Amino acid sequence: MSAASNVDLSVSIGGLTLRNPVMPASGTFAEGLEKVMDFNRLGAFVTKTITRELRAGNPLPRVVERPGGLINAIGIPSKGVPYFIETIMPHYAAYDTPLVVSISAPTAEGFASLAAELSIPGVAAIEANISCPNIEEDGKAFAMRAESTQKVTRLLRTATELPLWVKLTPNTGDVPEVARAAEAAGADAVVVANTILSMAIDLKSFKPCLGNIMGGLSGPAIKPIVLRQVFQCAKAVKIPVIGCGGISTADDAIEYMLAGASAVQVGTATFLQPAAMTTIIDGLEAFCLRRETPRVADLIRGVIIEEADEPDLAWLDPVS
Amino acid sequence: MSIQLDQAHTTAMPIATAAGSACSGAPWKASIVAELAEVVRNEAVNAEYRHLVVNCSEEAAAAQPGQFFQLLCPQPAGEQPFLRRPMSLYGADPDRRQVEFLYKVTGAGTRGLDTLKPGDRLDIMGPLGVGFALDPGWRHIVAVGRGAGLATLAPLARAARANGAQVTAVFSARRPDLLVSVDLFHRHRADVIAVTDSEQTSGPANVERILRRLIADGRCDAFFTCGSSRLMRVQQRLAREVGLPGQVAMEQQMACGIGLCYCCVRDFNVNGEIVNRRVCWDGPVFDLMEALP
Ligand SMILES: Cc1cc2nc3c(=O)[nH]c(=O)nc-3n(C[C@H](O)[C@H](O)[C@H](O)COP(=O)(O)OP(=O)(O)OC[C@H]3O[C@@H](n4cnc5c(N)ncnc54)[C@H](O)[C@@H]3O)c2cc1C
Ligand SMILES: Cc1cc2nc3c(=O)[nH]c(=O)nc-3n(C[C@H](O)[C@H](O)[C@H](O)COP(=O)(O)O)c2cc1C
Ligand code: FES
Repeated sequence: MSAASNVDLSVSIGGLTLRNPVMPASGTFAEGLEKVMDFNRLGAFVTKTITRELRAGNPLPRVVERPGGLINAIGIPSKGVPYFIETIMPHYAAYDTPLVVSISAPTAEGFASLAAELSIPGVAAIEANISCPNIEEDGKAFAMRAESTQKVTRLLRTATELPLWVKLTPNTGDVPEVARAAEAAGADAVVVANTILSMAIDLKSFKPCLGNIMGGLSGPAIKPIVLRQVFQCAKAVKIPVIGCGGISTADDAIEYMLAGASAVQVGTATFLQPAAMTTIIDGLEAFCLRRETPRVADLIRGVIIEEADEPDLAWLDPVS
Repeated sequence: MSIQLDQAHTTAMPIATAAGSACSGAPWKASIVAELAEVVRNEAVNAEYRHLVVNCSEEAAAAQPGQFFQLLCPQPAGEQPFLRRPMSLYGADPDRRQVEFLYKVTGAGTRGLDTLKPGDRLDIMGPLGVGFALDPGWRHIVAVGRGAGLATLAPLARAARANGAQVTAVFSARRPDLLVSVDLFHRHRADVIAVTDSEQTSGPANVERILRRLIADGRCDAFFTCGSSRLMRVQQRLAREVGLPGQVAMEQQMACGIGLCYCCVRDFNVNGEIVNRRVCWDGPVFDLMEALP
């Protein structure tokens, strides 16, 4: 379809041009998908989060399903940086799709030194997964608060010249405020968002379904919540917002772009339909053709809000 | 030397295929597909198990013994299975482009499968994982299974025969009426020794006696097993004692089924070192001696 249609699917994310706005979400992508789809069609590759520490990951069971979604507590099993550079990176070098490396660390300095170490040829951008526990703040995730987000982003900014994406958590009251902090500290884009903290209990054993007790909810169940957060963040910052949460179809991706996303990440949907990403790319193109939209980027922030229709949130929160 | 039945899908291979297809400029082609297969048959074989046959693509029908599919199960009344369900290949017919499954109705997903009628569509994804490997030098192999493990071992009967090897199956079940795939093994001229809980023949001591006799008679060049860690341990002990090779198909809860999510990991003992492997991608068939219960 793409050769004939003339629809321009490319988007620009803080200095990095992607051939289309569709890429995997961290932790839901690996080389195995090469057997399912043509990797040269993706907007970007995004790796599973890597850490400097060798980590085993969480106890089993690591996933449990609920209607419309999945709760996972995989943890971040990591084989460390040399393994990543020597064994994982070469798989992707054969493609002309930009490689975005997701990183995590228990301290702001740890984030910065890992970003510096990974700012090497072959890496197109760094995605800092700051939804992980910060040991300097009692295990509270960096992205829970604007101050800790600003601190870690500032250190990251000085550590790398690569485009820097900061991935936020949806589990905080004021995501736009955290997005603003990331922007002020020099992030080139924010990814909104990681999984929603959740729990499930087994009615036979009365035990939590996950080995880790709590986990992160993903999939269609979270889409309306994260879409709202993308909308709010896109109003709060000028840097691109990358939408991530429950995207399974081209319609979902379009909705996110209208809400303000410049690109989208697809996670859980790939577990159900392994070719979801390429199906979404085809659907985006078909949509643009149908609407006679010459560039997919024209959809970004395209939601139409009449001035009189500013949302009134007071009824949601009677105390404020 | 062993012939890897599933040549395209060892842990080492995807690297080579990925790089190869990208560099060569040859048009890219999927080797794992998710497709809407047409149900041909979905019938009870006993109180617990159903036999499902579907029409599928050439790629799916090329599945090898020990490989599996991820089935997107229909929703039974009042339940919403979300993830796909892993199901071993029970039979594949490349000429008729069919694959078969033998499943036990246990929860929401398999209850959904139970609602399928001939003509319905079922979304199947596969073939997945690393299957069994048969060495052309093996004249006699022994397949030991219990529960759904009998389904997983079933396609070995035909493959071994095609390879010129005689199969002895030691099948374990709670009751004789719950034994499955016995006819299939008989059709492929395999010997079947049934042991059951109700007849008090299924204990590890009796199975060990049976296996020792097979070894003494020169009728066991390799073990193949699935579905019971107790029986696996018996075979590991014998294999170590006598110096026999073996393979085990393992189970673990899965989400993606293609190595992306790391929810299906198990520990393996590789030369004294404990390593984590993904059952869906590095297996489900593993070296018997490396498996841990
Ligand atoms: C590689 C592989 C091959 C298999 N082959 C067969 C087969 O040929 N025939 C057969 O009857 N069964 C087989 N199983 C087991 C089968 O996958 C489960 O019985 C099935 O997933 C149960 O789903 P449910 O919704 O009916 O049960 P539920 O208990 O409601 O399932 C809840 C969750 O647990 C998972 N789960 C439950 N039991 C198992 C299990 N034993 N192994 C892995 N995940 C499980 C489900 O997939 C689901 O995610 C196989 C499992 C694996 C890993
Ligand atoms: C199994 C699994 C593993 C994940 N691992 C990571 C990870 O390592 N790093 C990260 O930033 N996000 C991780 N995520 C979160 C996803 O990247 C994504 O933010 C989230 O799943 C929401 O998108 P989705 O609804 O499309 O899945 C993981 C999600 C899942 C389901
Ligand atoms: S099921 Fe996802 S890695 Fe095995």
